[in-house]
Amino acid sequence: MSTMERGVGQDSARIAATDRRGFLAEGLRTLGALSLAGGVGFLAGRRGQEEILVWQLDPDRCMACGNCATHCVLTPSAVKAVQFYPLCAMCDLCTGYFDLGHLRLDTAAENQLCPTGALRREFITEQAGVPRFEYHVDEPLCIGCGKCVKGCAMMNGSLYLQVRHDRCVRCNQCSIALACPTDAFRRVPASQPYLLKRKARMLLAHTVSEGPSG
Amino acid sequence: MKFPHSSPDRSIIRGSLALLSARIPKVLSRALRAKIAHGQAGNSPPFSRGGTIGLITLLGFLCLVLWSNSLVAQTMLVRPEVPGYDPPDWAAKVQQAAPRSWWREYLDVAILGLGIAAAGWLGLVRRSRRGLLLLTVASVLWLGFWRKGCVCPIGAIQNVSLAIADANYTLPLAVALVFALPILGTIFFGRTFCAAVCPLGAIQEIVALHPVKLPEWVDHVFGLIGYVYLGLAVMFAVLGTSFVICQYDPFVAFFRLGGSLELVVVGIGFLLAGIFITRPYCRFLCPLGAVFRCISPLARWHVRIPPEACIQCRLCENVCPYNAISPPAAPLRPSARRTARQRFLMAAAMVPIWVLMGGVLGRLVGPILSRADARIQLADRVWLEERGQVEGTTDASDAFRKSGAHPDALYAEAAMRQLQYQQGGMWLGIWIGLVVGLKIVQLSRYRTRDEYEPERSRCFSCGRCFWYCPVEQKRLGLIEDLAPYLPEAREKSLQPVASASDES
Ligand code: SF4
Ligand code: SF4
Ligand code: SF4
Ligand code: SF4
Repeated sequence: MSTMERGVGQDSARIAATDRRGFLAEGLRTLGALSLAGGVGFLAGRRGQEEILVWQLDPDRCMACGNCATHCVLTPSAVKAVQFYPLCAMCDLCTGYFDLGHLRLDTAAENQLCPTGALRREFITEQAGVPRFEYHVDEPLCIGCGKCVKGCAMMNGSLYLQVRHDRCVRCNQCSIALACPTDAFRRVPASQPYLLKRKARMLLAHTVSEGPSG
Repeated sequence: MKFPHSSPDRSIIRGSLALLSARIPKVLSRALRAKIAHGQAGNSPPFSRGGTIGLITLLGFLCLVLWSNSLVAQTMLVRPEVPGYDPPDWAAKVQQAAPRSWWREYLDVAILGLGIAAAGWLGLVRRSRRGLLLLTVASVLWLGFWRKGCVCPIGAIQNVSLAIADANYTLPLAVALVFALPILGTIFFGRTFCAAVCPLGAIQEIVALHPVKLPEWVDHVFGLIGYVYLGLAVMFAVLGTSFVICQYDPFVAFFRLGGSLELVVVGIGFLLAGIFITRPYCRFLCPLGAVFRCISPLARWHVRIPPEACIQCRLCENVCPYNAISPPAAPLRPSARRTARQRFLMAAAMVPIWVLMGGVLGRLVGPILSRADARIQLADRVWLEERGQVEGTTDASDAFRKSGAHPDALYAEAAMRQLQYQQGGMWLGIWIGLVVGLKIVQLSRYRTRDEYEPERSRCFSCGRCFWYCPVEQKRLGLIEDLAPYLPEAREKSLQPVASASDES
């Protein structure tokens, strides 16, 4: 059992074996550490810092299912509704604003779609007897439930959901992306962290080609 | 002509609402409101004429919509020109919320580095189990509850895999460091990172109140799951399916104080089991732990149990809950040595066969894994819907139709991905075959040892063993005399002292 009982020759052979093993381990360690540092350094340095990717949802895929409000690791969610003003038709009877199932359509809370009253309307003018309103999302109130988005989709779809990057904590795997039924989430460059709807892109291209209309 | 952008009923709703609220004068819009207001009361509508006009105009408008539906912009309501009114700048409003700055991530990296250094020092130099436990609590509080367990070195495996596979994905420097630091730490200090810094390991170490020993084969057999999990995670990350390690992290629900019900249940299960079966996640599942099991035998420095000559009291072997203490082993007799060598060579020769088998099986299993893929699921669904084999549509298929893409393109994409999964499955199988083969090689190896030694691959450097070691206690001045702990004394006196110290 103890070292005493063993022959000297056997012992020195074992020491040599230990030395060999130690040398091999040393080599492997150095190699491993260097290749790890090199590999990871290469991968991280391949692009400039601004090309780092963040999560965003593609508004053309989003069906406003409501998961964005409930599946984010943050409460309230990092996803909120945004208004693309150039698309909004400034309707009086806004299907994103009013709950059409209600008896009276006035601005009382129970007649509004938004559960938190985050969608505000502002009277702008009356044209030929038609009142015009501008609709704003009051972001601190919005919980990203997408009700207004769904409503607005019946009309112009100027309201849509976006991950708000001042809130998003950049989970390694976005929890909403896992729950999104339409696979709308993807990683986008942090320098351009917001996506536009196809319609909005078309509209913008149109405006640019015609020159800014003021 | 087919309406490519939305289902027909939606186009009617859209058309009629569009019509009623803007295309024709206010009277109709008022009529609609009145209709809505009175509809539920059951009054006969007082505006049948308006209704008829509305219907006719609606039909006309629908024809218009159908005629021009390829140009989405034309089906929309026009934004009115309001003189003197300047709309808010949408771009500024939407994009003012720039991504949060990265200093938090770099702070985390710095803290992680400090933690790894501290764990190495506490485990190897100070040899303080208490210090390691304190660090454990700190890690659970900071990396766990405060930083919500994200991004962790285990999950970073996936980012690195994705970065290798996909040139468009940039590995953030912070994530690269989160990945590299624990591995470097393990290369030099053994698994001291696991001992006290990893928040997942830390929370399990804290709940390990009543450890029981499992038979050793459990560690060997179920330990293989970690390698399979690693292979799966890398495969799904490379194919861009999802990050499964993050998706199924059992403790993140605790750190975030919320999550899906299943994960909370699984997490509670792991923690309850962890009271008895120490570190179940680390030992049987953790993919990074699987990597560490290969690295830590090469560690430059590793925790050792007795600071001086071992007195063979076996207390460390008793106290280690991870089956990680290997007793001294005498060199084999020459004849036994020959059989051992033969067994070893046999096992080594089997490795290619395992690999081959794994590759073939994996290729067959690959398509099953592809069911986790959202695009393939969608393609299946659309295919069934197009052939009328299922009722209705899903959100996903609706969104797909809204996108205006042709199903055939989707089918082609799905078929491509299916092939990728087949290939991925093959590599996964090769990996698993390799792991199984090498495991058997490892098991057939025989090593001689002079003293009780932590088996480096299984040792978490938790420090229980040397905390209980009488030689260590003497060094610290906690006990005077080693005599009661010597094996002969313990045999004689029915181990009164040993059991007392076990309880303390
Ligand atoms: S989970 Fe997906 S479909 Fe649902 S609201 Fe969010 S982005 Fe839209
Ligand atoms: S309805 Fe929902 S998504 Fe729209 S503003 Fe209100 S909270 Fe936000
Ligand atoms: S990455 Fe995390 S914080 Fe951001 S939207 Fe997704 S779940 Fe919410
Ligand atoms: S085995 Fe995995 S989960 Fe456990 S402490 Fe190590 S890295 Fe963390």
